[in-house]
Amino acid sequence: MRLYALAVYLFLYIPIGIIALFSFNAGRHAAQLTGFSLQWYGKALDNPFVIGALKTSFTVALISATLATLCGTLAAVALQGMRGRARMLYDAALYVAVMVPGIVIGIATLIALVTVFDAVNPLLLQAFGAEAPQLGLGKGSLIAAHGMFTMALVVVIVRARLQGMDRALLEASADLGAPPMRTFLQVTLPQIAPAVLAGFLLAFTFSFDDFIIAFFVAGSETTLPIYVFSSIRRGVTPEINAIGTMVLVASLLVLITAQMMLRRRAR
Amino acid sequence: MRPSLRTSLFLAPATAWLLCMLVLPLVVVLVFSFGTRGAAGGYVPALSLENYANLGARWAAFQNTLVLAPLGTLTCLIIAWPLAYFLAIKADPRWRTLLLILVIVPFWTSILIRSYAWIQILGGNGLPSLIAELGMGKPRLINTPFAVMVGIVYGYLPLMVFPIYVALEKLDKKLLEASSDLGSPPFRTFLQVSLPLSLSGVATGSMLVFILLMGEFLIPQILGGGKVFFVGNALVDLFLQSRNWPFGAAVAATLVLVMLVTVTLYLRAMKRLSGGRDDVALM
Repeated sequence: MRLYALAVYLFLYIPIGIIALFSFNAGRHAAQLTGFSLQWYGKALDNPFVIGALKTSFTVALISATLATLCGTLAAVALQGMRGRARMLYDAALYVAVMVPGIVIGIATLIALVTVFDAVNPLLLQAFGAEAPQLGLGKGSLIAAHGMFTMALVVVIVRARLQGMDRALLEASADLGAPPMRTFLQVTLPQIAPAVLAGFLLAFTFSFDDFIIAFFVAGSETTLPIYVFSSIRRGVTPEINAIGTMVLVASLLVLITAQMMLRRRAR
Repeated sequence: MRPSLRTSLFLAPATAWLLCMLVLPLVVVLVFSFGTRGAAGGYVPALSLENYANLGARWAAFQNTLVLAPLGTLTCLIIAWPLAYFLAIKADPRWRTLLLILVIVPFWTSILIRSYAWIQILGGNGLPSLIAELGMGKPRLINTPFAVMVGIVYGYLPLMVFPIYVALEKLDKKLLEASSDLGSPPFRTFLQVSLPLSLSGVATGSMLVFILLMGEFLIPQILGGGKVFFVGNALVDLFLQSRNWPFGAAVAATLVLVMLVTVTLYLRAMKRLSGGRDDVALM
């Protein structure tokens, strides 16, 4: 039984180890190890395309995760007090948001936004003349699409925490005459804070790592996963390994933190 | 503030976001799927079933998906169950949380980079050349259904382990002891106690993996090399290369329909399995 578990863990982590191993390879070829070197990290970090893609991914992930956490947390709190048909409808929408495959979200967002832009852009031209701002796919559409999905995720996570919360505390607060807003700020918020932070971290990593939605809605922007995908098409290089190692190590650290926050008991 | 006013204010941003970026786009897909293709590849409004009648043109993609997605789900299940059992019953409680986190965390990291790892392992210079050195010929592994299956199991195993773990963890360990005290061999205990009691987790895990596999694009793209393609690969082709949006919309709508049917069947089965419904655990 233990051996079996060990084998599965090896299966899960050896490929990650191999990516890291070959990222330190001195030689150009991914086939044999010819010595230790950090040159591929240097090359990756000197590549303006990599840095540009990294900046785009980081900006999109930061903004979309922040907005998703804000809106998602508020929604989770509001949903706590809701019953009946409206609640069921909301649950269904959240369920659809989490379960519909990323590729369908990507496609749907692409054609919906293009249709809307095609309708609005001529109006903008009419209204403002030749210098009118034109709508198009880009960072904005990435943020909107990623945020929609991660917001649903935040709602699910925060709600799980709210359900585990001691209701007596809320009642005590109300009995002592605290107005609802104050109860929210001083009782509810500190209690759900770890879940909110975990939700933010998950939302950030999801957006940062997402390829499939970005592939459809990025327009002319290049995110880091899009850059990696198009590099893989051209072949395996130690530079991709170096980028991959950095991304994996960073996201593993963030995710383990998030999991720890989720599992920590409320004080 | 009145509670109901506060509720609406708190809900407003999330509602607007879901309406604009989820409901509206899905409705647009549905509308497009009944349209026809313009001369330049655009969309011409219409109300025709032509796109749906034409689905057979992409039958191979549906066929591959409907064979490999259930097969991948089953493989994940067979590998995940013993691990979940180990984590829930046998593992040292002091290490349990860490071990569990180590299983879940890879699922949230980039599937793109993790699949890339398998290009190196299964590609010509990886395992095949190792096998060749052992004098057993040089098998071709990358760009085969086998490679896609490996990628699928690698990518989705964590998602299967967690729900089964949750179900098994709730299992009363006294039942297992009672079964063995009464002299039943371990296999019989498995068949009559632990397996039936883990069924809710098995069903949840299988549904999650199956649904995600139905929409998979990256794994077949990267490890199947265009030879093993899923509906997802057909969709990318229809939207980004051949730019037949109305037909692509019909394919996407059909995919979602198949998934909805799966989920409905799952929910029904769950209702029959247990009176109450466990919350679907994604985390």
